[in-house]
Amino acid sequence: MSQLLKIEGLSVHYYTEDGIVRAVDKVDFLMNRGETIGLVGESGSGKSTFGLAILRLVPPPGRIVGGKIIFDGTELTSLDEREMQKIRGRRISMVFQDPTTSLDPLMKVGDHLVETIMAHENVTREEAKERALKMLEQVGIRPERFGDYPHQFSGGMRQRVGIALALALNPDLVIADEPTSSLDVIVQFQILDLMKRLKELYDMGMILVTHDISIVPGIADRIALMYAGQLIELADVNSFFDEPLHPYGKALLESVPNIQFSDQKLKYILGNPPDLINPPRGCRFSPRCPYATERCRREEPPMINVGSDRLVKCFRY
Amino acid sequence: MGSAMPIIRVVNLKKYFPVQQSFLERLLSRRIDYIRAVDGVSFEIEKGEVFSIAGESGCGKTTTGRLVARLIDPTEGRIYFGEREITSLKGEDLRRLRRHIQIIFQNPYASLNPRMKIGDNVGHPLEIHGLAYGEERRRLVMEMLERVGLQPASKFYNAYPHELSGGQRQRVAVARAMILKPDFIVADEPISMIDVSLRARILELMIQLKEELNLTYLFITHDLAVAKYISDRIAIMYLGKIVEMGSKEAIFSDPKHPYTEALLSAIPIPNPRVKRKRVELKGEVPSPINPPPGCIFHTRCPLAMDICQREEPELVEIEDGHLVSCHLIK
Repeated sequence: MSQLLKIEGLSVHYYTEDGIVRAVDKVDFLMNRGETIGLVGESGSGKSTFGLAILRLVPPPGRIVGGKIIFDGTELTSLDEREMQKIRGRRISMVFQDPTTSLDPLMKVGDHLVETIMAHENVTREEAKERALKMLEQVGIRPERFGDYPHQFSGGMRQRVGIALALALNPDLVIADEPTSSLDVIVQFQILDLMKRLKELYDMGMILVTHDISIVPGIADRIALMYAGQLIELADVNSFFDEPLHPYGKALLESVPNIQFSDQKLKYILGNPPDLINPPRGCRFSPRCPYATERCRREEPPMINVGSDRLVKCFRY
Repeated sequence: MGSAMPIIRVVNLKKYFPVQQSFLERLLSRRIDYIRAVDGVSFEIEKGEVFSIAGESGCGKTTTGRLVARLIDPTEGRIYFGEREITSLKGEDLRRLRRHIQIIFQNPYASLNPRMKIGDNVGHPLEIHGLAYGEERRRLVMEMLERVGLQPASKFYNAYPHELSGGQRQRVAVARAMILKPDFIVADEPISMIDVSLRARILELMIQLKEELNLTYLFITHDLAVAKYISDRIAIMYLGKIVEMGSKEAIFSDPKHPYTEALLSAIPIPNPRVKRKRVELKGEVPSPINPPPGCIFHTRCPLAMDICQREEPELVEIEDGHLVSCHLIK
């Protein structure tokens, strides 16, 4: 497998009135072509900012302040805006949580696709329309709905449109930010299933950003766990769910109700996620960690390689 | 279900909301359309039980919770609290009922008064009901803050809601609901807006307080994994009706309604080694303004028969306490 994305020391800060929020802090990350990564974290962990940073779409007062994003051999942080626009949509695209906000309410659903295709490719309107219809068919929308407006679609159908738009230019990488978080469970399953099938059909890489660790096994090859702006564990899905190594990952998994069990006893994580303006010294999880030692409170652990592509940011390994 | 007196009994409860129409539409049309949010729901909740209503958005679970808590008036049907009918209580009688029936809302950012200190948010109900004032009120509030884990209580007492995290705010909402020592609590999606790592803490707190204070819960949730964790019994709602109801063991190990099966098969399991049978549904939930005739689920049911389009199945008890509304079950 060839490398698709390599991120080195990426830092993104938000310059707010209250201080500098270190939303993403020196993150290293590697992914291969055709791979799906489940990027998991709570609100405020930096997972969404990380996804946006890859597309250089971090909203102000946020800014990429350090690091490199090497996508298929091209370093993205040093590109000018015009070159970056050629990457967005065409090479790397995005699926948002709420497609309503990314669809123009006054534009027919089919025209969104036609415009997207025509903006990036040298094709006639007829050719674009033909491709748009094919795209809609692939996401399960009947051709007679081409002329309908976004408000005439249900949440699940709108997300299908969002996916069609993201895939319209056959990108190499799709970043899906909480694509099913506002959907009901049956629709969520249908959308995840659709994404999985299309990902294989188009042989793309995908980063699925989610707060819901339960949906990761059904779709991802590997899991990347974020906490307080840092990547703290990276593992293939089977090894992680068999035995999460980072104490946060372990605690998170034990705090999620799982219908497999009939007598589950949920455990909970003490304390609250930290304030990223003044993150705790040493390991950021140390104030909540049952295994924390003096060293953890003083010194930040490095990302430790524990074999077979498995990384964990914890002194216990 | 034993022979004990249920604490809550709901009989054929209905709530129809009129659809908003513009002035012109009202002039031109004689008919008013109604959203049948809750359409003939009956159940009983035993004292000490956690009874959950689960379903997708728009199924009527929240409206049912609000009806039972008497926040809104039903269109039809009866609600009993113990032996007493409370369906149309008003004024002073309704106010007195609130001492016994409380509700915890989904959004802890909207349910607390932002201009009141936490101590006043929690203590206000004591004053409304004339139960405690001044020093006595303060003592009771501090005790309750300690109980929900907001320690040191003196610090939280004087804080304002905006200074607290979502998880802490929801604990304040729990404290406020519990301060009157109610008998029955409607908890409407109490953890769905809270950070993942703090959800288990709130669930555990609710279970612990239920034991300590001898409470009964009606728990409303879209998340069946949470329902399985906290409930004794579960009712599954679809388009304003209960399609299946039973002990959580019956619902999860022996689901009978095709909708319940589809719902269960879609729940994500945090274990990549589990392979499951999927029940696929066609189409989408129909509009509650024009629910399908016959069985409300027949338009999406993979097993629908001719009779399902014509005749509405009754909710029948197929074994002790396990009720299903489906023509396939005889």
